[in-house]
Amino acid sequence: MLLIPCPYCGPREESEFGYGGEAHIARPKEPESLSDEDWADYLFMVANTKGVHLERWVHSHGCRRWFNVARDTLTDEILAVYEMGQPPPKLSKRTYV
Amino acid sequence: MAQNFRLAEGGIIDRSQPLRFKFNGGSYQGYAGDTLASALLANGVHLVGRSFKYHRPRGIVSAGPEEPNALVQVGRDPRTDPNTRATQLELVEGLAARSQNCWPSVGFDIGSVNSLVARALPAGFYYKTFMWPSSWWMIYERAIRRAAGLGRSPSGRDPDRYDKTNAHCDVLVVGGGPAGLAAAQAAAEAGARVILAEQDCQMGGTLLAEPDETIGGKPALDWVAQTLIELGRNPEVRLLPRTTAFAYYDHNHLALLERVTDHLDEQPENLPRQRMWKVRAGQVVLATGAIERPLVFADNDRPGIMLAGAGRTYLNRYAVKAGASAVVFTNNDSAYGAALDLQRAGVTIAGIVDLRAAPEGPLSEQAEAAGLPILTEQAIVATRGGKRVNQVTVAPLGPEGDSVAEDGEKIECDLLLSSGGWSPTVHLFSQSKGSLAWDELHGCFLPDKPAQATHAAGACNGAFGLAACLEQGLAAGASAAAAAGFAAKGRKKRPPEATDRGFLPARWLWLVPSAKAPGRGGKQFVDQQNDVTAADLKLALREGYRSIEHVKRYTTTGMGTDQGKTANVNAIGIVAEQLGLPLPQVGVTTFRPPYTPVTFGVFAGRDMDALLDPTRKTPMDAWHARNGARFEDVGQWRRPWYYPRGRETIHEAVAREVKACRSSLGILDASTLGKIDIQGKDAAELLNRVYTNAWNKLEVGRCRYGLMLDESGMVMDDGVTARLGEHHYLMTTTSGNAAAVLGHLEDWLQCEWPELQVHLTSVTEQFATVSIAGPNARRLLGELTSNIKLAPKALPHMSFAEGTVAGIPARVFRISFTGECAYEINVPASYGMALWQTLMRSGEKYDITPYGTEAMHVLRAEKGYIIVGQETDGSVTPLDLGMDWIVSKTKDFIGKRSLTRSDMAKPDRKQLVGLLTDDPQEVLPEGAQLVETVLDKPPMAMVGHVTSSYMSPNLGRSIALALVKGGRDRLGETLHAPLEGGKSVACEITGPVFFDPEGERLRG
Repeated sequence: MLLIPCPYCGPREESEFGYGGEAHIARPKEPESLSDEDWADYLFMVANTKGVHLERWVHSHGCRRWFNVARDTLTDEILAVYEMGQPPPKLSKRTYV
Repeated sequence: MAQNFRLAEGGIIDRSQPLRFKFNGGSYQGYAGDTLASALLANGVHLVGRSFKYHRPRGIVSAGPEEPNALVQVGRDPRTDPNTRATQLELVEGLAARSQNCWPSVGFDIGSVNSLVARALPAGFYYKTFMWPSSWWMIYERAIRRAAGLGRSPSGRDPDRYDKTNAHCDVLVVGGGPAGLAAAQAAAEAGARVILAEQDCQMGGTLLAEPDETIGGKPALDWVAQTLIELGRNPEVRLLPRTTAFAYYDHNHLALLERVTDHLDEQPENLPRQRMWKVRAGQVVLATGAIERPLVFADNDRPGIMLAGAGRTYLNRYAVKAGASAVVFTNNDSAYGAALDLQRAGVTIAGIVDLRAAPEGPLSEQAEAAGLPILTEQAIVATRGGKRVNQVTVAPLGPEGDSVAEDGEKIECDLLLSSGGWSPTVHLFSQSKGSLAWDELHGCFLPDKPAQATHAAGACNGAFGLAACLEQGLAAGASAAAAAGFAAKGRKKRPPEATDRGFLPARWLWLVPSAKAPGRGGKQFVDQQNDVTAADLKLALREGYRSIEHVKRYTTTGMGTDQGKTANVNAIGIVAEQLGLPLPQVGVTTFRPPYTPVTFGVFAGRDMDALLDPTRKTPMDAWHARNGARFEDVGQWRRPWYYPRGRETIHEAVAREVKACRSSLGILDASTLGKIDIQGKDAAELLNRVYTNAWNKLEVGRCRYGLMLDESGMVMDDGVTARLGEHHYLMTTTSGNAAAVLGHLEDWLQCEWPELQVHLTSVTEQFATVSIAGPNARRLLGELTSNIKLAPKALPHMSFAEGTVAGIPARVFRISFTGECAYEINVPASYGMALWQTLMRSGEKYDITPYGTEAMHVLRAEKGYIIVGQETDGSVTPLDLGMDWIVSKTKDFIGKRSLTRSDMAKPDRKQLVGLLTDDPQEVLPEGAQLVETVLDKPPMAMVGHVTSSYMSPNLGRSIALALVKGGRDRLGETLHAPLEGGKSVACEITGPVFFDPEGERLRG
């Protein structure tokens, strides 16, 4: 079970949180102008990252606030947390054997 | 029976506390401090079980958690545990245990005929033999299970109690041997909060079996005792004996199993049997020791053949001679220690068979000086003895060590100790995702790079000598504490003086050579618990398996309850030799939790029965219970299902409740509906974006029904929202969906639309909601309020007013889920019961009738109203439901773009329709599949399914709602519902509204 540093409450058990999938996927401004393919891409296609993944979490059983997390999907290390609307922090790329 | 193999003195057992116990029906005696295994050996009992596949007689191999053979069934059903390691089971007065996997008895086991047909049971025999016909697999499976079973699970409910608890610490030390104690000491002295967990009942680890070791010039156990006193005095230290750290998860989250009462004669009422500690540790020190490996040679599985270290432990810790005449077989120096100790205790050492060319090493030299008979560069090539080893054959090794002479010398013995080197217990380190590296010199895998805040010390980290253990322990404890923010004060602590001999030198022969072809000269067991031999491994390689993970699964090596603690490295070595690869290139199989088996009870803890899940009750729940309501669960809510009168059946009660609503007055507890208070200047804009219809023009005091979609266009919730004020709305959601809807709204608000000024608050539990419905609803409400105007023009359908009802401040919504004129009265929750009782009393003259969820479902189905989750299943759009009237063409909303995907316009999408059975008394089962043509047997082309189905008392016939392909264009057509047992029900497709389609009653 992960220990997630909620930016508002501090470190808490993973069981207090909900997962929101990949971060920084903006909803298209004019969905009607998108082709079916582009709309499907927005809806369903997400990165399947080995390494640093930017993702959304919500502290459902705490402050109920959403925030972003940079997590290494291989080691589960949490490298950064940052508020909604903030750009992702600069993190060095990780390579694995 | 006397303890004939017990020494008169020595060991750490309490001879003043004799304990009686039973094994396989026989009565024996042991002492406090014994395990079941040591007590059995004290009584000369070696045969303790039969093997898994071949039913070969098996004895005790080890003295710890690695035991592959001595698994017993303990206790009487239902308070019984299968597959318990006798080597870890503390003896208590009256303990009763029996062997597993043998019938009729361990001495005479019918299954042992499997040995005679062993060649028909090679590796992968499951996959080869039972291929065809596939329908017979279940029969094969049952027969195999019976023949090759492990222990039996209890037949009844577990009568014991279990607990779970959370703990936090700066440093968790796993293992209470010299390295672990030193680590705990160093960390505690630095000021860190420390938890020390040890699986044994006593701290001390290997020192418990090493009476000659000294630390700082005094007996090592004195140092252990002194260290424990110091740790015990420190309030920041928690000592947990009898506690196995069985799992190492992410972010230093470890699970520990504490056996709290199993070792007590009486089970105290106030204590759980076992307790699971969920520990979040700042830093972890693993001091988990090492496990000795057996040598792999022909017929190495007879009772009386055990690990050299185990023989030594039984002697020194338990004062038990495991035999009278012993042969020791080794590839390293450590086994000589067992030979020396046993000889001193009066056991004849009939020979020390050493694979090495010369008896090098400190203990070897002592044994040589003591004149023990040492046979160098020789191997055991055969053993004899049915229920106990009685003879071994020893032959000289060839020059390369890969062959052996045909003839050998026969040596009589009743005990054979073997040592194939030591495997550090890296299980937890590996579970933590730390990488392992092969140590060529010590012939073992060692922790390499930690993946978490993990430190390794002692034998599990390659420190096989006592001095090195202490040094590593102190260093690991200090650096763990420092990393947790507790730098050591003063000078670096010097480790106390101790000897430092490891087990080297060693000679690595993973498979002791045999003069005979594989499978012909006895079985060379690699994994005794799963009966896997070297020949099985070779067969797997011949059949093309290369990856060690595949070889493991095909042969089942290491897949028993012991997870191959004594088997895996030998198996990897043999595979590497066969493939001609360096061993590290073959790699290790994955270590997974649990380290040793854990009972399910401790995972459940107290989360059972009423404590499994919260039961949410409305403020009026006690009234429902008092008045005989039958309840149903709606999410976590407990709701009245129906209220039977006298001996009414559910159908009679529901029919009465439904009729009362339509003819006079019904009353429903609707408090469970989700309620979200929405405030802010952009509240209407939020509603616009999350509902399919438009909200800008909704006036204060009016209500509107909304349909909520997910972004893929599927219906996720519905409900009525009222505009309470200029920037103030109250949204209702379905009972089971309230939390999900609030989460959905917060997600969009916080992540996508932070510019919207809206605040959401769940107020579900702040209000009690009573719905009264029927022709007399207005009359009753009018009698109880003076400040709310109820005339249809003043308070029309879909409007809202605030005032008092029965003197209670109330919000009254004129909304209806029944098709009748109905009011939902919201009052503060604490007034819910008072309001309900007043309505019941004042409504007597109208024969007010409480109705439950079942009647509510019938009433709404008569009107063709959907229930989200019943008519919808996550694949249904508003268009499928025929609700395009509520879908805005002009504004955007979540899910809108998905509704114009080409797939949504397909003519064969399932659409909501009504069904009327040809026989009006026939009620279709919900979920029934619908077909156009009934065939003799499936498959038949399915065109839809029934979503709701009831007997409608108001129509005097059955009604149903269904989703049918292209249904709206097929009104009047007949479909069939083929049911179980060959019966088929014909029904006609109709519109979904069966009652009052004009809605006159609703608006009246």
